[in-house]
Amino acid sequence: MDYEVVIGLETHAELSTESKLFCGCSTKFGAEPNTQVCPVCLGMPGVLPVVNKKAFEYALKAALALNCTINQHTNFDRKSYYYPDLPKNYQISQNYYNLGVDGYMNIEVNDVMKKIRIHNVHLEEEAGKLIHPDEAGADYSLVDFNRAGVPLLEIVSYPDMRNAAEVENYMYTLRKILLYTDISDCKMQEGSLRFEASISLRKDGEQKLGNRVEMKNLNSMKSVLKAIEYETSRQSELLDRGEKIERETRLWDEIREKSVRMRSKEEAQDYRYFPEPDLLPFVIDEKWVCSIKETLPELPLEKKQRFVESFQLSDYDAGLLIEDKILADFFEECVKEVNFPKVFCNWIINDLLREVKEKKLDIALLKIKPAQLAALVVMINKGIISNTIAKDVFSEMINTGKEPKTIVEEKKLVQISDEGLIDEILDKVIASNPNAIEDYKKGKKNALAFLMGQVMKETKGKANPKLVNELLKNKLDS
Amino acid sequence: MKLLSFTALQIKRKILSREVLTADLIKNLFERIYKVDPVIQSFLTLNEDDAINKAEEIDKKIANNENVGLLAGIPIAIKDNICTKDLTTTCASKILRSFTPPYNAFVIKRLLEEDSIIIGKTNLDEFAMGSSTENSSYKITRNPYNLNCVPGGSSGGSTAAVSADLAFMALGSETGGSIRQPAALCGVVGLKPTYGRVSRYGLVAFGSSLDQIGPVTKDVSDAALLLRVIAGRDKRDSTCADIAVPDYLKDIDDGVKDIKIGIPAEYFGEGLEDDVRAAVDNSLKIYEKLGAKIVDVSLPHTEYAVAVYYIVANAEASSNLSRFDGVRYGFRANDIKGIDEMYCRSRSEGFGKEVKRRIMLGNYALSSGYYDAYYLKASKVRNLIKKDFDAVFEKVDCIVCPTSPVPAFKIGDRFEKPLEMYLSDIYTIPANLSGIPGISIPCGFSKEGLPIGLQILTNRFEEAKMLQIAYAFERETDFHMKKPKL
Ligand SMILES: [Zn+2]
Repeated sequence: MDYEVVIGLETHAELSTESKLFCGCSTKFGAEPNTQVCPVCLGMPGVLPVVNKKAFEYALKAALALNCTINQHTNFDRKSYYYPDLPKNYQISQNYYNLGVDGYMNIEVNDVMKKIRIHNVHLEEEAGKLIHPDEAGADYSLVDFNRAGVPLLEIVSYPDMRNAAEVENYMYTLRKILLYTDISDCKMQEGSLRFEASISLRKDGEQKLGNRVEMKNLNSMKSVLKAIEYETSRQSELLDRGEKIERETRLWDEIREKSVRMRSKEEAQDYRYFPEPDLLPFVIDEKWVCSIKETLPELPLEKKQRFVESFQLSDYDAGLLIEDKILADFFEECVKEVNFPKVFCNWIINDLLREVKEKKLDIALLKIKPAQLAALVVMINKGIISNTIAKDVFSEMINTGKEPKTIVEEKKLVQISDEGLIDEILDKVIASNPNAIEDYKKGKKNALAFLMGQVMKETKGKANPKLVNELLKNKLDS
Repeated sequence: MKLLSFTALQIKRKILSREVLTADLIKNLFERIYKVDPVIQSFLTLNEDDAINKAEEIDKKIANNENVGLLAGIPIAIKDNICTKDLTTTCASKILRSFTPPYNAFVIKRLLEEDSIIIGKTNLDEFAMGSSTENSSYKITRNPYNLNCVPGGSSGGSTAAVSADLAFMALGSETGGSIRQPAALCGVVGLKPTYGRVSRYGLVAFGSSLDQIGPVTKDVSDAALLLRVIAGRDKRDSTCADIAVPDYLKDIDDGVKDIKIGIPAEYFGEGLEDDVRAAVDNSLKIYEKLGAKIVDVSLPHTEYAVAVYYIVANAEASSNLSRFDGVRYGFRANDIKGIDEMYCRSRSEGFGKEVKRRIMLGNYALSSGYYDAYYLKASKVRNLIKKDFDAVFEKVDCIVCPTSPVPAFKIGDRFEKPLEMYLSDIYTIPANLSGIPGISIPCGFSKEGLPIGLQILTNRFEEAKMLQIAYAFERETDFHMKKPKL
């Protein structure tokens, strides 16, 4: 039978504030265990949380970028459950009055735009990390609380996605938005971006949603997609056999590539939410929201459309440029210098990205500046250097950050376009290669290429190839 | 020993004039503590060495004519649910038996800045849950006026210590009457500040939306002095108000001429003992004589206060106490297999009966399907109680009523009767629910010679007025000067 897959995603993103959500501890990743802790984030008796305004601002930014309505009156709630990585055994989160509600995000699959509705965006505190010792038979676990209390943004979508391609696009688009707004580093390998999926199936044409299965422990975007694939076939097999899908929570086993039951609906936890009495309710100032709105950058999809329209780039090229805001900004800076959008686009997509990949560079720390790439392109355009030479110069610019002019001068790479000089070199080459001349005259076309090569060798590649070609032909044919 | 019966302000004057050396005072005080406290049992931990060192420092400062703080040399006792750096803080619970906080509560920081001397930590009902100090896991504190009676609670250790001249002042804490009620039962002054007047940072939380730290003192002036020190903005407590702290002593003797005193009928109903009623009636006559006007008022939602309180306070407590799990600090059960057993047994063995009862009640009130019917509804009724007071304070300056319906009761009498015990707080709980300040001052004695407390309530952040009204009474009477025979 044919089923429609209905998927919703819950996304957790650690916000990249300097300090934690309710205390002054650093959020820096990778420190020695339990070195970034204080009585507050350790949940000592008698301590109280104080909200980090920056985290609140970041969360507002995300909510606005996701087109949410901002709840003017918002507050924190306590979500209770026992787990050793949760110092207070309750998490300060939001439940009754989320920061942002009823938003949406556009995704684009096969050139079709689709609106995915966002149920809510809210702020909460991150838990610590359990460390299970390697030794055999160990009867203990350790906890690292460095991460406990890092601000965490939760973005809950409606079940508006219908296939893995949409989910993939949703994840990438959301990640881009978080990166563009500069509120999270979105490093999945460090756990700063995580997804949980809820998946249900219904017969084609059916209105009512099927029982949903919540999928946890999805450690990469790949896992999310695999889990969806697995869960779709698992559920459809069950349905085909006439069995019911139970509402449950399942864990994704990355190694065996299958999902296993974590808990059923009956075992579902009662989080006993109630308003956090240690924090006063917030009244969000309209002016504050407006000022944050003003700082919102152009978001990826809008930027892509603009690139296509104002620079006549292909959809594909524009898509590659906006993949990373730094690249897109680099491109725009270049175009501001000289209006050769297509040329810059090629340099960035082909040469820049290749260098970045080969040399494992961090795009945020590139030595080459847009104005320098523009200068290089101008030099090619004026015939000062050849395209071939330009590639070497570019590589040098990537390595050193030097101006192209400096590199060309230092390495004496200026193209030789002096006819007299080329003429002299031609005579020399012709004189020392009588065989090749014979071959040419017999009609062997590759003799010309050979002679060209000899000239280039003589001039270390600096001779203007067009000119050499022209003069050589004239000489040989006369 | 006459020295030890002075009030804090009196002893401060003697210290500043070098008539008394702080170090000698401390030695005298500890001598008395060693003699008397084995009977009263008010202290859980003593801080003698540190206190003597601090006293010598202060004597040196005074000898060198250096500036000293507002509480220079005054020995103070601290309820053992307020965190003191490097000094055990147990909350009278087995689960925190050897817990030594790595930080000071805001109020402790303030006390030390003003040069007071912390002499020890006082007994309480476990996690401040109780009205008799019988729920302590360590000892039962006795009422200095009758050793067979309870001191009240939960700040019973603090009020008994001040009453028995074992401390010149003390800090207590309230969630529902826990300073005022034991102050009344021990014949001392107990003040619960406006919610948000004093930082809760470092007070081990019971009911976060109700908790406040407050002074326990020998007279009203001392309470004014101590409140001035501990009140004020603390950026680590978001619920702490950013409102300037006045010098509460400045206009304390302005009197009560033309002050309007509201008398709520609901506070003089069934259950109020005759002796208490008589003492309060007599107090009102004194106020009238002093020029105050007595006005009948009504607080119609009073009857729901105790029920609302036990839902809100226990719900918050169930959440606040979930951090005691044996993972990071405090008691952990032995021979445990797995995390669930560790949680279960550490908490079952670490918490006392009353605490467990309240955790269960609180969890129930918050559980899914009951939240609306209990917690949410209680919060709504709480709002009505608040509005009762708002309306009354439009008409009168203060409310005067009994602090407790009964004087001190016998140890063990109410211990197994939680509902009866809960009713000890019917006159104090509404102030916690509505966040207003309240003070209990000595206003008489029962036929059995047990102290009776008079309660004065004012509107939020009107502690100065409240202290004025209390002081006017105290100046006219000598109940506060009576001492228990020990
Ligand atoms: Zn911290």
